Amino acid sequence: MTTARPQIDLGPYKYGFRDPELYVYKAKPGLSRRVVEEISDMKGEPQWMRDFRLRALEVFFQKPMPTWGADLSAINFDEIHYYVKPTERQGHSWDEVPDYIKKTFDRLGIPEAERKFLAGVGAQYESEVVYHSLREDLKKKGVIFVDTDTAVREYPDLVRRFFGTVIPPADNKFAALNSAVWSGGSFIYVPPGVRVEIPLQAYFRINAEAMGQFERTLIIADEGSFVHYVEGCTAPVYSKDSLHSAVVELISMRGARLRYTTIQNWSLNVYNLVTKRAVAYEEAVVEWIDANLGSKVTMKYPSVFLMGKGARGDILSVAFANTGQHQDAGGKAIHVAPYTSSTILSKSISKGGGRTSYRGLLKIYEGAKGAKSMVRCDALILDPYSRSDTYPYIEVAEEDVSIGHEAVVAKISEEQLFYLMSRGLTETEAMAMVVNGFIEPFTKTLPMEYAVEMNRLIELQLSGAVG
Amino acid sequence: MTTLSPLLQIEDLHVAVEGKEILRGVSLALYPGEVHALMGPNGSGKSTLAYAIMGHPKYQVTQGRILLKGEDITSATADERARKGLFLAFQYPVAVPGVTLFNLLRTAGRALRGQDLPVVQFRRRIREQANLLKMDESFLQRYVNEGFSGGEKKRAEILQLTVLQPTVAVLDETDSGLDIDALRVVAEGINAFASPANAILLITHYQRILRYVRPRFVHILAEGRIVRSGGPELAEELEARGYEQVLQQVRSQA
Ligand SMILES: Nc1ncnc2c1ncn2[C@@H]1O[C@H](COP(=O)(O)OP(=O)(O)OP(=O)(O)O)[C@@H](O)[C@H]1O
Ligand SMILES: [Mg+2]
Repeated sequence: MTTARPQIDLGPYKYGFRDPELYVYKAKPGLSRRVVEEISDMKGEPQWMRDFRLRALEVFFQKPMPTWGADLSAINFDEIHYYVKPTERQGHSWDEVPDYIKKTFDRLGIPEAERKFLAGVGAQYESEVVYHSLREDLKKKGVIFVDTDTAVREYPDLVRRFFGTVIPPADNKFAALNSAVWSGGSFIYVPPGVRVEIPLQAYFRINAEAMGQFERTLIIADEGSFVHYVEGCTAPVYSKDSLHSAVVELISMRGARLRYTTIQNWSLNVYNLVTKRAVAYEEAVVEWIDANLGSKVTMKYPSVFLMGKGARGDILSVAFANTGQHQDAGGKAIHVAPYTSSTILSKSISKGGGRTSYRGLLKIYEGAKGAKSMVRCDALILDPYSRSDTYPYIEVAEEDVSIGHEAVVAKISEEQLFYLMSRGLTETEAMAMVVNGFIEPFTKTLPMEYAVEMNRLIELQLSGAVG
Repeated sequence: MTTLSPLLQIEDLHVAVEGKEILRGVSLALYPGEVHALMGPNGSGKSTLAYAIMGHPKYQVTQGRILLKGEDITSATADERARKGLFLAFQYPVAVPGVTLFNLLRTAGRALRGQDLPVVQFRRRIREQANLLKMDESFLQRYVNEGFSGGEKKRAEILQLTVLQPTVAVLDETDSGLDIDALRVVAEGINAFASPANAILLITHYQRILRYVRPRFVHILAEGRIVRSGGPELAEELEARGYEQVLQQVRSQA
């Protein structure tokens, strides 16, 4: 089998190449009870999950499309393939992964990253996780890092206890869709007191046209533990749109710290409609670090429910909207318990007619005494064709709180560009430097390798025609 | 007197900003090894000349030429000019949040020199120069000009000068806002940079820096023209008599 393909120029997006479809199974386009049952059958899953899916499907059919936020009117649910199974079984070494898929992940740098700086890796291709690994020492400490399908089989008690508890199917139309047709995603459990010092990573690749990817991720950081999970994603460039609709549930138990980093870099024909929510118990910390560079439309507002005294939630997001993109992103912090604190820092950049929106919620319940929150949105607009809006919602039912809100919209300054150009940087390099500086509060939270990658991605975004 | 050709030559330069003519025929020639001081009242067009030399897009050359090492750079972009060996130390350096001074130096070094200079060596050079300018190394990790005091900004400009080693440097009021010790340190930095292979145009209001950095010529810019040129003694005369009298004398002679 040969997978050598002619190199075509894909412009600034370097991940738009595609593989042949040598699949075990590909569902016909369209969504029905049959499709959901088929998925459930193929997975051989327990009745409770099958029932969960079918109930969710009803909810999906009943719920209207959201009319706020980005324009979703072009999504055609009848054209999408809801389940594609690329291989018969999952590999635990890269040799066990079909050659052409392995080559794709090689091009995306995953095995190399795994060797260099990751403690575990999951690689999802279409609907299934085709590769999974976790360092032996972490396994010995009781850390679980598997795909969610495997978790349903091997850790049924844990899964049943937490699955769908943070984001019930009825939460929103796309959470319902995911609940009905979910496949793949990561399941992580970190036992009490265990610190996973090196990041775990999952990578999500869509390959087929008009594909729907619906991974489901559930992470439980037990008392006093620590884990940093990183996800990345890319897809080929097609004329027909694909849909990525994930559900991510995080649970940070007492005193635990859970950091979740996303570098979203879908191609420009992907609708990215993701529900991410976390709960943090007493003295626990949740950090959402969320970068949206790719996709046609993203709607994503990572949330944190601060349920226990002293819990903290930090949401740090970056959105870059280039030509043809609308990044509708933000964050939500919900303070339920006293002395909880949150920060939401959103940095957005729009260019070439792209549009960014910050949409956020800060909610403080009565009784959440001494709650503290700081919300800050910075928007950088690179040219007169681009747009940025903010929709901050604040609901406070407690008097003894301290909250701050700031929003700043800036244009890139000619004086900064001239200053940097006088030091020999081209206009594009100067712009990339200003933009990378602008998102530095975000980049500095990333492990070094990702920070370098992030800066490179920004340079790529800016390397097209300026303005 | 010399057979060398000028490193920087400005011929009958007219410059307009937003439609308003600020420079009305400035000519200057800087030969290798020369330091020229440019003085003149506030608003006379000194920074305008500096910007026009560096290629600020807002400062339009409506007449005349700028030549760098004999090459006409009048329509070159600022980065092209920098890569040909030109440097401007800004009167008001702008902040670039999130970009460390070290990162700027490294990126600029690479842009100007390609990959020639090994990273390790370049790092060492940056540290050495920072030490010479009595800048704490932690300063290199601060964001460019963000929250810098006036004097720190000027020092950072000179650090860029000495690290990047241009052929022609325009220093726009680098001595303003420096305390006495800082002035000496910065002047020493400029002197350490000055060599027979480069040239400096030093824009200043004060004669004080010229005691450290000896100019070969002093020019007075007024109302968009160089109205008088002379040796270092001209700066002393200015200091003693003020612009009003010196300019009056120029006018009466005209
Ligand atoms: N970007 C600009 N927009 C409008 N006017 C400008 C601009 N830049 C310069 N000018 C005007 O041009 C004239 C010369 O300004 P310039 O900054 O060159 O003076 P200068 O000699 O450097 O003064 P100083 O000694 O105060 O630094 C002034 O009248 C100034 O207001
Ligand atoms: Mg000036």
